Amino acid sequence: MRGSFIRTLVEIAREDPKVVLLTGDLGFTVVEPFAEEFPDRFYNVGVAEQNMVGLATGMAEAGYIPFVYSIVTFASLRTYEFVRNGPIAHQLPVRIVGIGGGFDYGTAGLTHYGLEDLGVMRIQPGITVVVPADQAQAAAALRSTYNLAGPVYYRIGKDDGRTLAGLDGSFRLGRTERVRAGKDLTLIAAGSMACDCAAAAEKLAELGIEAQVLVVSSLNPAPSKDLVEALTGVPVALTVEAHYVNGALGSLAAETIAENGLGCRLSRCGVTETPHGLVGGSAYMSGRFGLSADGVVQSALRALEEAAPAAR
Amino acid sequence: MSETAANIAIEQDLGPAVLDSHGAQLNLETPAERMAQQIRLAILEQSRRAHVGHIGSALSVADIIAVLYGGAMNLPSPDDHERDRLVLSKGHAALALFSALALVGWMPKEQLDTYCGDGSLLGVHPERDLSGIDFTTGSLGHGLSLGAGAALAARMQGSSRRVFVLMSDAECNEGSVWEAAMFAGHHRLGNLIAIIDLNGQQALGYTKDVVDLSPMHAHWQGFNWDVHEVDGHDISALAKTIDSLDTESGRPHMLIARTIFGKGVSYMQSLIKWHYMPMSEDQYAQAVAEVEAGS
Repeated sequence: MRGSFIRTLVEIAREDPKVVLLTGDLGFTVVEPFAEEFPDRFYNVGVAEQNMVGLATGMAEAGYIPFVYSIVTFASLRTYEFVRNGPIAHQLPVRIVGIGGGFDYGTAGLTHYGLEDLGVMRIQPGITVVVPADQAQAAAALRSTYNLAGPVYYRIGKDDGRTLAGLDGSFRLGRTERVRAGKDLTLIAAGSMACDCAAAAEKLAELGIEAQVLVVSSLNPAPSKDLVEALTGVPVALTVEAHYVNGALGSLAAETIAENGLGCRLSRCGVTETPHGLVGGSAYMSGRFGLSADGVVQSALRALEEAAPAAR
Repeated sequence: MSETAANIAIEQDLGPAVLDSHGAQLNLETPAERMAQQIRLAILEQSRRAHVGHIGSALSVADIIAVLYGGAMNLPSPDDHERDRLVLSKGHAALALFSALALVGWMPKEQLDTYCGDGSLLGVHPERDLSGIDFTTGSLGHGLSLGAGAALAARMQGSSRRVFVLMSDAECNEGSVWEAAMFAGHHRLGNLIAIIDLNGQQALGYTKDVVDLSPMHAHWQGFNWDVHEVDGHDISALAKTIDSLDTESGRPHMLIARTIFGKGVSYMQSLIKWHYMPMSEDQYAQAVAEVEAGS
């Protein structure tokens, strides 16, 4: 997905001279196309993410649209206060690009697992939060948001390979995308977990369970209206996100259900403990925490079982 | 010093009416010196009215602010994109800056009188929502990065505008300051002029006792900055130093301005408690008398 993102950024930069790219010394084999084509608009600021966001704020005040690039944890957590007091407080068009949510950097360990970024960014009213599901949507999301007046946080998956069938690169701010209909259960996926949810829905169908699959790629602004519509009259919903269960999509769904008095029972699939002292490949680590198609199936079956007495 | 609109505004606006309200006995030489005194009086007046602290910090930078807004900065109007920028990185001295904005005619006196009031745009720290404020500050260690980005942008745009960053010495405890110092030095941002208000104090103690950063100049020289040490209350020396800087090329500039915390009010000078304390009525009267006497 990050390759698609940078390719699109290069295309945008050809059209818009305001676009600049700063990296915190990351992006080997990814950022080079931009750096080579726009050497005067590319800065490797070194391993200094706070300064990178501060620089971007100063540049945005002067009229630029600076993109800052790093791994999710460094882009969102190390910089957080600079993002809050910088582009958010000033409402300037800084773009924070966090690469590799969840366990994308599996063998790199806890320091590189992106498990809080969407939560901490989402609670700030003044920043758009985008989490694309696949590379086509990443490109579409970038095109439709790069020129917004205020700041944007993008969580961009490291995996370039997957494509979510039925999404066709569609992206709308403040909306969800439904890639599968179903009446028994609603699977609500944040970004790249949508592929696993779609696969899980196939497996559930084999068990006679019809699951609706909603993709949430715009966490801020929240797709509240679409969520209310999708959750009304549905007995069980399961949120799925490569993130801690608190703070991001699961919390948004819970807020939506509670605030609208919906009768839907919610289960949340995500990370519930600090994953320290354990590494492995991205797929292994994701699987360990239930973030795979099979994991989603298991969570869905459990959610339906738990909801059964209430449903009767 | 260049003759700017701000400079002219001071000449015109610092008239007898302002002085009469305080009964000032002015015998100061230059507009910037008179402006520094007026800034100090405004700091005292507003702090007393709002019954808030941070008085010593604001008094510490009054002369520096007077030099910047008294002619050193190119400030045709708040809306002029090519104006020089100021990042008040030590945001807790905002009252000195607000006072200067009022004195150059960028803010009505009535608005200055809302300082720290309910519903005011003027808090203890400056926010960009206020016309004339370029950057919201208040979190120490943030400003130099903002300034470096603004300076880099000016250079990329081929603009001659300069970026001033007014910092505190204690602020240099923040690691982010040194991230920005490294970047600006490496990229030779000659249009970046940082000024450290070296008053030797911080919230809970003296900087030499908390985290001693002396000799301050050596750290900046080590990061490839053009460093000047100057008396932060010598308006002429400050102005001459700024005027002498090559901001078209070369390295970023650091003015290490040696200052006295609470400068101008004897009972506040160099005392830690005046970081936070508000004044009593008697203390206010004494402070005004001392500032008016130019002590």
